[in-house]
Amino acid sequence: MTLVFVETDETGQVALTSAEAVTFARTNAAALARMAGSPSEQPSGASATSGGVAQRPEGSSEEGLGVDVAVIGALTDAAGEQLASLGVGRIHHFESADLEAYSAPAWAQALVEIAPETGTVLASGTPRGMELMAHVAVRTGERIAANVVAADDEGLLRQVLGGAAFERLNLDGDLQVLTIAGHACTPEETTPTSPEVLTHSPEVAAEDLRTRVVRTEVEAADDTSGLTQARAVVGAGRGVGSQDGFDEVLELVDHLGGALGVSRVVTGLGWRPHAEQVGQTGSRITPDVYIACGISGAIQHMAGIEGAKTLIAINTDEESTMVQRADYAIIGDLHEVVGAVNEEIRNRRG
Amino acid sequence: MDILVCIKRVPDISGQITLDDSGTDIDDSGLGHTTSAHEECAVELAIQTAAATGGKVTVLTLGPAEAVEQLRAAVAVGAHDGILIEAEDPSVFAPEDIAQIIGDVIRDLAEQGQGFDLVLLGNDAADTGDFQVGIRLAYDLGYPVLTGVQALNATGGAGGGSGSSGGSTGASEAGALEARGIGPAGTEIFSLDLPAVIAVQEGGVDPRYPSITGRMKAKRARIAEYVAPEPGTGNPRLGLELPPETASAVTVLGEGPDAAGSLVDVLEEIGVIRS
Ligand SMILES: Cc1cc2nc3c(=O)[nH]c(=O)nc-3n(C[C@H](O)[C@H](O)[C@H](O)COP(=O)(O)OP(=O)(O)OC[C@H]3O[C@@H](n4cnc5c(N)ncnc54)[C@H](O)[C@@H]3O)c2cc1C
Repeated sequence: MTLVFVETDETGQVALTSAEAVTFARTNAAALARMAGSPSEQPSGASATSGGVAQRPEGSSEEGLGVDVAVIGALTDAAGEQLASLGVGRIHHFESADLEAYSAPAWAQALVEIAPETGTVLASGTPRGMELMAHVAVRTGERIAANVVAADDEGLLRQVLGGAAFERLNLDGDLQVLTIAGHACTPEETTPTSPEVLTHSPEVAAEDLRTRVVRTEVEAADDTSGLTQARAVVGAGRGVGSQDGFDEVLELVDHLGGALGVSRVVTGLGWRPHAEQVGQTGSRITPDVYIACGISGAIQHMAGIEGAKTLIAINTDEESTMVQRADYAIIGDLHEVVGAVNEEIRNRRG
Repeated sequence: MDILVCIKRVPDISGQITLDDSGTDIDDSGLGHTTSAHEECAVELAIQTAAATGGKVTVLTLGPAEAVEQLRAAVAVGAHDGILIEAEDPSVFAPEDIAQIIGDVIRDLAEQGQGFDLVLLGNDAADTGDFQVGIRLAYDLGYPVLTGVQALNATGGAGGGSGSSGGSTGASEAGALEARGIGPAGTEIFSLDLPAVIAVQEGGVDPRYPSITGRMKAKRARIAEYVAPEPGTGNPRLGLELPPETASAVTVLGEGPDAAGSLVDVLEEIGVIRS
């Protein structure tokens, strides 16, 4: 059985990245179970057995049997319904005053309390998922495979070098600890289950609260949710030319009701804040369309836009990686092209 | 506050990469090398924090002899000295080995009277992306650990060298720190006692460029040397694979402003133009 740590957003919905992780666990259940050394198929309603297979709830659909989830903090009805539609078997809900403010060791210890029941513990490769799984691995004396993209008969495959290569590996411990790379799979609904909710109120050791969040400040400048949730993102790179060269791209952002995303060169030069950076060390985005203006397409930038459905490049260099990887491209100076695109949109609006 | 920053020499990849003959590593003979992006920011944070508290910055790397270049680059921008733990091929180590080796060196230095109030690392290295050496090191040392930190503010106590009392948890005498990082709902603020381990995320500070005097200083900087032991746990890697080459399927809509109309057609079709 696989235990997935699930993050919820401020509206109480299951985060997209966590929905990906749950889907990964369900669709790769057989391979994960084989690697964990436990049988993947169990008769419905089987009681706890050896080999790390936990008791399964009666009445849940066959498909959902292999995945339990852990939710720390508020569990809304909406999240419960989403998890049912993602096919989970049981929801472990952790509620304790000590777990309200985030502290990685305390949260990880909560997961460790139920980890021995499982063969695999995983989370999405978000900063929080990465941090928690690292603590879980140390506390259980296990290795970790970070940024996994596939699990099959040959073992695990994970992204390295920002996605430029893949590493094949096998974890040999009693418990497999993994994080799943963003976009390793698309969230997929299945026959809904009726997950049993098990409530846990763990005791938290004082030592595990040494790094508790003391407060959270929400400022527009570091809010990346606009960028990660936008349906249209206009990307701007070094080709923009200067700090004052963003007028056209910002107007296009406005026409699309979207967000501005920039390359690391742009934040490095101080033209725009880091919260707008897209890529390996910035945000990973999943818009319907990404329009990359004056961005060359370095691997670290591409790592952030793999999830874009349609990629459009505007670049003076038709040989650039961005143009080669795009669905559509216009070859030319971005100021002229984007200026003309804005004008065309204004004209069509009338 | 005396600060140790652990940095890693990584290949500078921007284009196509190839594998070496063994198939378990990339061929980096033709590539340049650099310091992981998060760690460049860790060096900058260390320099600022040490300057504000009257302390010293030491940089440490586990890597081949050539990794001394990354140590000297850090000295050139303001670190004071360096430690090279020489390992010809660091890829044979698992993250748990690396944390253990760094922990041993920190304990050895503490015995010699060189303690650190704070150990900084990058969140994850640009090549392996493991996100765990800092966390494992903290457990090994018995220190509290934070990740994803972008800004630091010393809030009390620690003058330079207070970590030199021993290296294990002499927490409250060593002072306290406020750390800030980006969480899912905004900037998260943490307060923690020293000594501590902090893994840094790019974005809070801009790494500075070396000055001419910095470069001169780097040439003369003292670099202490250790030799890495045989790997303990070892790397679980079975092999490396490259993604399949995908043929470009780009539709070039045209050149220059004349192609704007076709692009707007595409955007209308996707349905992203605000009415
Ligand atoms: C560890 C690490 C992490 C990194 N993380 C990130 C990350 O998160 N995000 C990221 O973006 N990068 C990241 N990078 C940096 C990355 O390697 C590239 O340096 C960066 O993405 C390049 O930015 P760019 O495309 O804007 O600039 P360049 O590579 O300089 O490309 C500029 C492009 O603009 C085009 N151009 C120039 N003038 C015009 C014009 N007038 N009109 C149209 N086109 C024009 C050029 O043809 C070129 O293609 C990272 C690097 C490292 C080592």
